[in-house]
Amino acid sequence: MTGRPRGQSWLAAAMLSPTMIVLALVVFYPLVAAMRESFYTSGQTLDADGFVVEGERFAGLANYAGVAGERFLNAALNTTLFTVVTVGVEVVLGVAMALVMQRAFRGRAILRAGILIPWAVPTAVSGLMWKWIFQADGVANALLGTEILWTADGPWAKLAVVVADVWKTAPFVGLLVLAGLQIIPSEVYEAAKVDGASARQRFRRITLPLVKPALLVAVLFRLMDALRVFDLPYVLVGPRKHSVETLSGLIWDEATRVHYGPASAYGTALFAYIAVIAFVFVKLLGADLLSDVRARRKEARDVG
Amino acid sequence: MWGRAGMIGIALYCLVPFYWMVVSSFRRTSDIYDVSPLPSPWSVESYDAVFAEGMGFGRALVNSLVVAGTTTAVTLVIGTLAAYALARLRFRGKNVILALVIAVSMFPGALLIVPLLKLFTSIGWINSYQAMIVPSMSFALPLTIWNLTTFFRQLPQELEQAAMIDGCTAFAAFRRVMVPLAAPGIFTTAILAFIATWNEFIIAVTMVNDQDVQTATVRIAQFTGAAKFDTPFGTQMAAGVLVTIPLVLMVMFFQRRIVSGLTAGALK
Repeated sequence: MTGRPRGQSWLAAAMLSPTMIVLALVVFYPLVAAMRESFYTSGQTLDADGFVVEGERFAGLANYAGVAGERFLNAALNTTLFTVVTVGVEVVLGVAMALVMQRAFRGRAILRAGILIPWAVPTAVSGLMWKWIFQADGVANALLGTEILWTADGPWAKLAVVVADVWKTAPFVGLLVLAGLQIIPSEVYEAAKVDGASARQRFRRITLPLVKPALLVAVLFRLMDALRVFDLPYVLVGPRKHSVETLSGLIWDEATRVHYGPASAYGTALFAYIAVIAFVFVKLLGADLLSDVRARRKEARDVG
Repeated sequence: MWGRAGMIGIALYCLVPFYWMVVSSFRRTSDIYDVSPLPSPWSVESYDAVFAEGMGFGRALVNSLVVAGTTTAVTLVIGTLAAYALARLRFRGKNVILALVIAVSMFPGALLIVPLLKLFTSIGWINSYQAMIVPSMSFALPLTIWNLTTFFRQLPQELEQAAMIDGCTAFAAFRRVMVPLAAPGIFTTAILAFIATWNEFIIAVTMVNDQDVQTATVRIAQFTGAAKFDTPFGTQMAAGVLVTIPLVLMVMFFQRRIVSGLTAGALK
């Protein structure tokens, strides 16, 4: 691959340009437009002399006033609580599932097809499915012997949403962790066994550190997904429900009621929130992620 | 012993809620609240109701197929070009573009739909397929590029070098040698992109309110019974089963590929 770097640059530009055009249209334009929109009001307003003014006007930080409001803070709290609880439970369950699957040899293929089913069920369908399971006269109450109104606006609705999300995504985390486990050479475990390490020691000193990179990537994916959750609470409990309204739900509601200014302000706030979490995550825990990238870069340089 | 118990536990965890949806879809409306493990008697009443006139479910399935199919096809063409350039060509700023592609896949859809809703309203795109297809590329394209870049990197370098020594241009080497070799990876990526678009919700529920253009995931969430507050659970479960079956079949046939595709991005 030597000798024609200039020709390769042209070819690379040509091959990448369709992607750049699409991303500019569907990601960067909306991002910039939303940030601009968040400082403007639209629709009819009265000016200082009492005349009706049409069109957009600069509004300063007026749209951001709602960020300190009860509805936004509630949505932010719901989103954060949902993210922390679901990702936490999914990691524990996912690791447990991966450890079980790693030991299984017979029936592994069938198990793998089965474990993909929660992942394949569309979130909207899984929302309806759990809504049915959690009905007042439904099977959950029948099995538990309770009479809880799971899908009505209230604290139980939060639990219903968490259960539905964990069901769908814990197996996905399990698959990613299993892939990480499978690249640990068995000689490492055998050597530890020979040296007299107990099962618990092998798990804590070998499995966890070696599977950490795969686990961190899975957690990062899940964090980003959970922070923008929209469809599950929308279908399972409903739109505009105080106890389960997420930031995405709030933004969607304002946008569809043509309140583009506040919707853009909340959207920008959510974007900033996600960016900060991603940055902190990579900074605090991402030594492995980064070292992986660096190793890859070095490898690329050696090859090139 | 423990391993077997664990495996049965995982299987039950994954399948029991899904099983309950299937069982409920085969009950009669009059005994929909039964909790017996199998329906008695079995009935296809709910399936008849799903395809009853006015429900628009058949139409919604076609709409989903059009939107997911078109998005997948366009994304694959564009994404394959980009992925090859990122995996194999030498140029400046490659890492910046790779980082950008990853960052884009983490953008919240709720932020993107606000200006797009405004834009599509002003150019008359509301209630059209393209209003769902174009924004869906915001998540389908990064997924495609990321997966295919990993895949192209694993192919041996010697092949396109040999083709170029034989007189192929770099692009001809890509088209005649690398694309056919990457066919399995492209196929796997197509499955993942199709499933992601088929399951998409927030764009479809925002850009379309006309029943004739709605996709299946949105349509079934809006099923109502004869009376407004009477939720037709049997019908919803039957529709849910029908929407999920194509995906379950894909999972059954291609599970090995899907798992390798899902985990490739995380490990390499």
